[in-house]
Amino acid sequence: MSKFEFPKSILSRPVWGTLEPRRGLHHLMIADAEGAEAILDVATPEMMESAHIIFIPKGTDYAKRLRALNPAQFYDGPSYAASVTRIQRVLLGAKMSTQVYLSGTESLMGQAMLECTNAGIPHTAIQTEHRGSTARRMQCVHCKGFTEDVAIDPFVCSHCGLNLFVRDHYSRRYAAYQGVCVDAEDPGNVPPSKGIYP
Amino acid sequence: MTIQFNDETFRGDYSFKNSDWAIQRFPFPFHEDSYMYSVNMEQHRGGPKGSIYEKRFDVDEHYLAEMRDRAMVLDDDPLRCQSLPHMTLAGWDLLELIMVSKSEDYPDLFELHRNGDQWRWINKPMGIDDSFTFLDAATLPYGPMEYITRQAQGDFAVLDQRDDNLWMDAGMITTQADWSLDFDIGMNFFEWHAPVPLAHEKGIFVRALKFLLNIQQGAPARRLNWTMTVNPLLDTSPENYHKWGVQKTEITPENIGSKQHLRVELQTFFRLPRSNALVFPIRCYLCNFQDLMSMPKWGRRLHRVIRDLPEELATYKGFIDNRPMMLDYLEKFDDGLPTSPGIWPEFETEPPLQK
Repeated sequence: MSKFEFPKSILSRPVWGTLEPRRGLHHLMIADAEGAEAILDVATPEMMESAHIIFIPKGTDYAKRLRALNPAQFYDGPSYAASVTRIQRVLLGAKMSTQVYLSGTESLMGQAMLECTNAGIPHTAIQTEHRGSTARRMQCVHCKGFTEDVAIDPFVCSHCGLNLFVRDHYSRRYAAYQGVCVDAEDPGNVPPSKGIYP
Repeated sequence: MTIQFNDETFRGDYSFKNSDWAIQRFPFPFHEDSYMYSVNMEQHRGGPKGSIYEKRFDVDEHYLAEMRDRAMVLDDDPLRCQSLPHMTLAGWDLLELIMVSKSEDYPDLFELHRNGDQWRWINKPMGIDDSFTFLDAATLPYGPMEYITRQAQGDFAVLDQRDDNLWMDAGMITTQADWSLDFDIGMNFFEWHAPVPLAHEKGIFVRALKFLLNIQQGAPARRLNWTMTVNPLLDTSPENYHKWGVQKTEITPENIGSKQHLRVELQTFFRLPRSNALVFPIRCYLCNFQDLMSMPKWGRRLHRVIRDLPEELATYKGFIDNRPMMLDYLEKFDDGLPTSPGIWPEFETEPPLQK
């Protein structure tokens, strides 16, 4: 699958990279859906000997192929939320020379990166690669609720119901983009929703 | 002089008003008849007597009303004041800076008595007399940053310095020009300024950061920034934008003079001694158009600045839709005469309006 080229944007917007094999004693790989392809591309037999793959399929069927890489540990979880305590436990025991690889949706990478930075790993030391859906995790600046998988702009906040426009302003601390009321100055005048990317 | 504190509101009935004294010392932000971003820094070493530059932390007639408004904002939304765990020492630095400055600059209003780490702070206008142990947060009713900034006008961003960058790691932000501390906390200088148009391309932030990283203890700096606000609303937060945004549409040719306010930020920058953090107080001054027009120089100049402002800036500052109505109002105060350089009103020497 070809990778999506995000348009150039403002400086708070994350820039995702391309995974490459790095030397390390341990390899923590967290991916969702098509993010599996990035792991399949980067995996080497020696890396897999000390790799822990945490994968959330989101309806895809990559799990079998990832398992076939024969990583030291493999987890196939039903949702990111379900996997968080496991990720936290793994990070708690992580030693120096652990390499972290994140791939898949921006929501998955952002939230997993937050766990890593909370564990003391600088965000610049974490490899990422975007694959699959370009839908975003959005935070409503008004009610503070998060809405996952937002692909259209404007969208309706799943918590407070306000119509929000999608900004590129991004907080690593919330692993989310900012949504701001679109019709505050003219209540009820909500432009028709379009895809976030043309 | 003794300050008469106004009993006024920044919400609801909006009874906020500026006295003649406050108008004369208003920090009009345009030193010439046009405006573009610049790194307009200067040393913060006092200024003309009575001006808002004179003291390190200016106290004016709005002090008590602003502090009441801040307390209301915090009751509604405690996330407006946050400090990441490593910023507590910077909070103490800030507490010391404000207490020392205010007690020295306004001895009739504030007193600080220090005996080792046993401190007594008296804030007469607010009726506060607290004794506490410096560096022991358990002896204060709030964390040190929150405690002192509940008693100081203006927002306070406390910036950690590391990796050749500044990080927005703590703040008391209740009078902001439409940015969210809760969202931006933890961001670096370029990230939290990311939404600002044009200035990145002009290299403004690279140069400003270089300047700020080198600010030394005892050598604070300052600059003015500005935007427009309808009604004297301090809390123009994104959090509450869905509530206040509609007020922008309530401007009419009849009420624009009293409702449309020029909102000016006096931004100062102080290096903090123990933490090496930088505190960035952002003091907001509001003045409505009709009061500004009482100074002929400001009337002429404001018209020219608003008329010639690039569209991106008028959009970013949120008044693009109201600009035509503003210009209809302001053009009546511009007779085409030249203006003297500098921000001061020069009321005595500037010619009166010729139309």
